[in-house]
Amino acid sequence: MLLNLFKFKGGVKPPTNKTQSVGLPIAQAPLPSKLVVPLHQSIGGTPRPVVQAGDQVLKGQLIGEADGWISAAVHAPTSGTVVEVAMHTQAHPSGLDALCVVIAPDGKDEWIARETVDYRSLTPEEVRERLQQAGVVGLGGAVFPTHGKLTPAKTVPMDELVINGAECEPFITCDDLLMRERAEEVVRGIGIFRDLLRPKKVLIGIEDNKPEAAAAMKAAVDALGEPFLVVQVPTLYPAGGAKQLIRVLTGKEVPASKRSTDLGVQCFNVATAYTAWRAIAHGEPVVSRLVTLTGNVAEPRNYEVLIGTPMDELLKLAQPHPDTDGIVMGGPMMGFLVPQPSVPVVKATNCLIAHSERLFPPKAPEMPCIRCGSCAQACPHELQPFEMYWFARAKNFGKTQEYKIFDCIECGCCSFVCPSRIPLVQYFRFAKSEIWAREREKNAADQAKARFEFKQLRDEREKAEKAEKLAKAAAAQAAKKAAEAAAAAPATDGAAPVAATPAVDVEKDAKKAAIEAAMARAKAQREAAQPKNTEALTPEQQRVAAEIEARRVAAHLIDPEPAAPPAGEKAE
Amino acid sequence: MEIVLSIAVMALGAIVLGAALGYAAVKFKVDGDPLVDKIEAILPQTQCGQCGYPGCKPYAEAIAKGECDINLCPPGGMEGVQRLADLLGREVKPLDAEEKPKAVAVIDENTCIGCTLCIQACPVDAIVGAAKQMHTIVASLCTGCELCLPPCPVECIRMEAIGENIDNWKWKYPVVTIKAAPAQKAA
Repeated sequence: MLLNLFKFKGGVKPPTNKTQSVGLPIAQAPLPSKLVVPLHQSIGGTPRPVVQAGDQVLKGQLIGEADGWISAAVHAPTSGTVVEVAMHTQAHPSGLDALCVVIAPDGKDEWIARETVDYRSLTPEEVRERLQQAGVVGLGGAVFPTHGKLTPAKTVPMDELVINGAECEPFITCDDLLMRERAEEVVRGIGIFRDLLRPKKVLIGIEDNKPEAAAAMKAAVDALGEPFLVVQVPTLYPAGGAKQLIRVLTGKEVPASKRSTDLGVQCFNVATAYTAWRAIAHGEPVVSRLVTLTGNVAEPRNYEVLIGTPMDELLKLAQPHPDTDGIVMGGPMMGFLVPQPSVPVVKATNCLIAHSERLFPPKAPEMPCIRCGSCAQACPHELQPFEMYWFARAKNFGKTQEYKIFDCIECGCCSFVCPSRIPLVQYFRFAKSEIWAREREKNAADQAKARFEFKQLRDEREKAEKAEKLAKAAAAQAAKKAAEAAAAAPATDGAAPVAATPAVDVEKDAKKAAIEAAMARAKAQREAAQPKNTEALTPEQQRVAAEIEARRVAAHLIDPEPAAPPAGEKAE
Repeated sequence: MEIVLSIAVMALGAIVLGAALGYAAVKFKVDGDPLVDKIEAILPQTQCGQCGYPGCKPYAEAIAKGECDINLCPPGGMEGVQRLADLLGREVKPLDAEEKPKAVAVIDENTCIGCTLCIQACPVDAIVGAAKQMHTIVASLCTGCELCLPPCPVECIRMEAIGENIDNWKWKYPVVTIKAAPAQKAA
């Protein structure tokens, strides 16, 4: 079946340097002396460590638990003892530390219990979760968690599934060897992706400088009876970039602002398909990967390497020449010199190139831009690198964004062709990270502002509520007291009201009312008490009282009128 | 007669244009001061009060009124001063304080007595805790304003600078490497 291929603009043809490392089959790298497994090996959240120093772990045992949906689990690459969970230098251009689990291998390489399942009996959600639990990430270099890419867009039908076996970067041959030797499992892995995404067609893109790999893949596809198309694409760097391969195979252009699923296309690396199959069908999490050892070495070859293997120890297998002065991780176009030779291999490590000045002569100093436009012709994304360079250099980041700096895939074509040897990609990386940092700061400031305003609002509301509550309580108290006072006043004949109700002092009014009420009650009591004394007296008492009254009258202390009758009676 | 006509025409013009202006003034009225919002967008929103105003907005208002200098915000740093100067067309002045690296507050949880004073002081509600319960700081929300330091009766809060890590690391300006190349050759 013939497929009409498209072209992307630009691109370069650096010397491929691939033949050195394809002569020998894949070899198993021996167990290293120690394994330093970084927890953060994929895009997204940093997995949480679930082991401690001293723990015994088995090969494939979970050591880092995925943190959130866009995050992938990390596993012990071999059986042994956890020595420490500590910060170690990373294979990262910064040379900074990150949290790693250090494992001392026990030499047994003993697996945990592996569960083999038929993925067709699982729901798509279960398959995605298993992929996340197995730590399957994009092994082409971007290490995006694979399960996060396996949900088709709801609105756009999935047209094409693109499988990336192009491997365009010089020196790297790990995908080539994988397809040659393990094509069947790669195709089975593609089958999983196909069943989850249900695309109309599946296209496997392989650069035409890898005829053996293409033949092996074709044979495997035919043997399994799958309707996948194996397409040989012209060898042109960067045809293996996801966006470029999608462009070549489908004619679709994916802008930075959109995801490829929004255009009905999704792209996976062949090695990702292979690890997905191993994870689902064999229950093997990602604990190793193929790494090309090449460059300034005597025995370039591809090895199956445990994640966490120190790079210097690994490179010794390929017998580096004595003038080796560093290790490049990745290819010569997009790779970087690792900060220390002892940094560990991670899931993104596809190739280690022994660096020497003979192999990569130092660049002559940078010259001014002469506006020749070579970079714009070489750019596979049809950007204008010289314009972005001006603005990045002048730190005019708004302008770099206007010139679509985030569409730049940092492939290095512009730097490769620049006659003035300007490190254009470095300027773009600088501009991008500055823009990201500003965005982070802006978001933090916006969040702080929103929280501050909310706190102020809440403080005011609380104050108002408190004042309202107090006023209400005071009013209620005052009303209660007034009512009590009103009730107490007419009840002068009431049978012994309590002497003094304890007045709750809330507000002055309430207090006043209470005092008044209490005084009223006391007065009423007094009044009621006076007639009580003279009621129901014995005759003896009456007589004594009358005598006293008579004396008082005699002494003119009181009015004689009321006392007169008893006095008169007495007189009788 | 002509003079009357010309006066009438001018008067009519004045009335029509005046009405148009009056309408525009009502219709296109801008609520609030847009300059204050622009200034506030530059300020780091730490709400720390180190400028002498009770928050970023009051400081922005004071700058907009021309009451104060633009170099009073230490968390904004020299870059903030530069951006304010660009916005307002004022002269760049050196910062009126020492520029500190960005930091977050950390509570020593063994010393904390659970008095809630720092919780009340925090302008962005980044401290979690309750009376007589240990308090802790939500580092991702902390703006590093240091307002929680003075109220703490047991001095259990300290500021920890946020160092460079893999997540916030930035690619450096390429000039550095260009300088390095000739030096290597000379050696």
